[in-house]
Amino acid sequence: MTLLINSILAGFGLTLLIPILHRYFKSKTGLVLSLYPLIVFVQLLILAAQVKESGYLTSYLHWIPSLGLNLTYKLDGLGLMMALLISGIGALVIFYGSEYLHGHSHLLRFYSVLILFMSSMLGLVISDNALLLFLFWELTSISSFLLIGFEHQKYSARAAAWQALLVTGLGGLALLAGIVLLGQISNSFEISRWISQSGQIISNPMASAALILILLGAMTKSAQFPFHFWLPNAMEAPTPVSAYLHSATMVKAGVFLLARLSPVYAQHPWWTPILSVVGLVTLTTSVILALAQTDLKKLLAYTTIAALGMITFLLGFAFPLAIKSAMVYLFSHALYKGALFLVAGGIDHATGSRDIRILGNLAKALPLTTIAACLATLSMMGIPPLIGFISKELVYESTLEISNYPGFITGLVLLANIIIVAVGGWVGITPFWKKTTHDLHPHEGSIHFWAPPLILAIISILVGIAPQPVNDYLINPSVRSVLTSDYKTKLALWHGLTPMLLLSIVTIIMGFALFALHKVIFPFSHRVITQLGYIGPSALYQHSLKALLSFATIQTRFFQNGYLRLYAMTIILSTIGLSALTFFTRVGTFSVDFGNPPRFYDVILIGIIIIAAVLVTRAQSRLATIALLGSIGFSIALIFLLYSAPDLAMVQFAIETLSVILFVLIIYRLPKYSQLSTRVTRGIDLIIALTGGILMTVLMLLISTHGSDSRLAQYFVENSEKLAFGRNVVNVILVDFRALDTLGEITVLAIAAIGVFSLIKFTRDKDERNPS
Amino acid sequence: MQRSILLPVATRYLMPLILTFSIFLLIRGHNEVGGGFVGGLVASSALMLYGIAVSPQDLRRKLPVEPYILVGTGLLISLSSGILPVLYGLPYMTGIWIKTPIPVFGKIGTPLLFDLGVYFLVIGVIMWILLTLAED
Repeated sequence: MTLLINSILAGFGLTLLIPILHRYFKSKTGLVLSLYPLIVFVQLLILAAQVKESGYLTSYLHWIPSLGLNLTYKLDGLGLMMALLISGIGALVIFYGSEYLHGHSHLLRFYSVLILFMSSMLGLVISDNALLLFLFWELTSISSFLLIGFEHQKYSARAAAWQALLVTGLGGLALLAGIVLLGQISNSFEISRWISQSGQIISNPMASAALILILLGAMTKSAQFPFHFWLPNAMEAPTPVSAYLHSATMVKAGVFLLARLSPVYAQHPWWTPILSVVGLVTLTTSVILALAQTDLKKLLAYTTIAALGMITFLLGFAFPLAIKSAMVYLFSHALYKGALFLVAGGIDHATGSRDIRILGNLAKALPLTTIAACLATLSMMGIPPLIGFISKELVYESTLEISNYPGFITGLVLLANIIIVAVGGWVGITPFWKKTTHDLHPHEGSIHFWAPPLILAIISILVGIAPQPVNDYLINPSVRSVLTSDYKTKLALWHGLTPMLLLSIVTIIMGFALFALHKVIFPFSHRVITQLGYIGPSALYQHSLKALLSFATIQTRFFQNGYLRLYAMTIILSTIGLSALTFFTRVGTFSVDFGNPPRFYDVILIGIIIIAAVLVTRAQSRLATIALLGSIGFSIALIFLLYSAPDLAMVQFAIETLSVILFVLIIYRLPKYSQLSTRVTRGIDLIIALTGGILMTVLMLLISTHGSDSRLAQYFVENSEKLAFGRNVVNVILVDFRALDTLGEITVLAIAAIGVFSLIKFTRDKDERNPS
Repeated sequence: MQRSILLPVATRYLMPLILTFSIFLLIRGHNEVGGGFVGGLVASSALMLYGIAVSPQDLRRKLPVEPYILVGTGLLISLSSGILPVLYGLPYMTGIWIKTPIPVFGKIGTPLLFDLGVYFLVIGVIMWILLTLAED
């Protein structure tokens, strides 16, 4: 287990090493990198037996125990199934992508982000700490953003990436809030603890709020209605990415979370109504929207949303059979949809088109791709002996068992399945066998193109014929982790003459009829759905985004006006205002202790500072200003020295020296001093400056008189040598006690340096391009 | 204007001295006045002295690595000094110390490594900003 976790986390290191690996392995880098998911895959297979025996494996490591953030990992059936899909399909996708993007100038970036995603997604499915899970969750959102925007020269790719990030990012924020609420209710962030306290948690009134927030997170991630619109747009990503993130794995994170939290929330009165309604609405909307698509990837994207809706409503009903069918559906969908996406990419690569109205006659030219496509399509359609058939039968069996409105729900699912069969035909049959007049010059790609989808398709058929091993090692353990109790049933192709079989036959016949009628249906559905597009959630997104941007423009123009003096004024005025408010409301009367009378040196240094400060305001040249400011700085440093703060003094000296150098470097590029302001504005400035100065003085006096209640200083002084082996308390605080703060600060420094560099560099480049 | 000969010559002797002093500050920082931040500032002023006395272009050529690499390396060192204890099963950023003191350095531990990162980062940031300005 530890080995598994280390190998998964090693992926984060691997992303950094990719440029170096590329130097040695050149075009073989893809092959080398696919070893990473393969290694994880093999380890998971080895652990599968243990998971089946004991239910789960755990590993625990402190991270930030004071925040409840610990590296708690738990590999249970659900996590195992997801992790196997992630690593298995991941290896195929890297193998495929290395050829798909062969020669692309950003190939290495593709590898890095893909590996980053893989590690995060694997981390997500084995996290038992909710905060840790959230961390990986956000990492998957970010890598998805980077991959959707991979072709960043294209506006549409950038817009889609942005949209996906905004939608899933907002959901992520809601999820975090939900997790924090649950953490406060239960005093723990460990999901297994939540599960054991389930009854206590859901009786808490805050639990309903937490549920809504968590559902928002899950629904945005899994593209549930009304957040479904980002997923079809995400098809801007390179096809291997669509296959991997936006079909087989990342979008499943939402339903995975639902399954994970099902033991906590399934008894909550809102769980079933919300999930079943959202799932069913998503299912029906997405299949109807799919009717208006002609692009292979869009067709697949809408049916992916449908599949996610299906899993959501099955999880919502939460009875054992529904959970079982959700798990089987999740598994079979990942296999056939991953394969079909890869096939779509292969077709795109071979012909340069993904439009089903153009494509045709490809069966002869792409024989191996054709086999993969057909097998995957048969699984998608739910035709025996593929796994898709078993999963569809199970879904019908579950819907017939639902207590409320079983007929209505079965009807909706039947409708959805009919359209899914038709879409399967358009994607997996039309491009290969339809007669077309377009001259496409197709050619079979290398093994990289046909092997990955073929492998997935063959697994679909093998699992369909012999479902028992998968059932025993993956499905039943996953069902157990969702139900927290055993529910062992067999999977079989043949159940005898059941209502489910009848429904399946109806589905397939109607589906093929719909498939054949494409020419008739498409113009009509296309017109209707384009009309609907003006009022859908996607339009709402566009409008709110536009409103947000114009609001941002207004407030940026107001605050970021480009005048340094106004910035300084805003900062000082708001500081004065806020402190004055606190001052008058909190502090009644106070006495000020001026301490010992000043010594001779103090008087001299303070005298220098005051004189220099007055002169600065009257200085006529920049050089004089710099010299005067410098003398103020050095005098302050001397005061630090006199009051035995050598650390501060040293830093002050060094900073003053460097600022003088900085000024010297830029002085000649600044214009000469000239007086532009009127007497009145100068008067106002004087008042503001004086108020600011007086405020700071009073605050300093207050603090030195009354001291602070904090016991931190005392703690640091006492423990500096005991705990951190250092006598210099200041430095010990910086690099040990509060090292995390320092890390944040130096990161800010680095970012500031990048900012300065790009500001200067880009304005210089612009000047060079259009010399004025 | 004639370039002063005094400053370049003085710099030749001063710069190594100041640089050594900055390393001294870095190492003793845990017990006496000093530390990575001040050390980095002092080192940067030594380098900038050279930049002013000779020329910024020469300084850039003299630097073994580009400033931004120093920035990245510094951040990475500081970050990984915190990860090191995790490998031993301790919480992130727990200080690990080698108990027996080493000559010159005294006791060393991960906080010193952290400080070293700060030192590099500060030099990198200042060099990056100042050289960009100076070469413009």
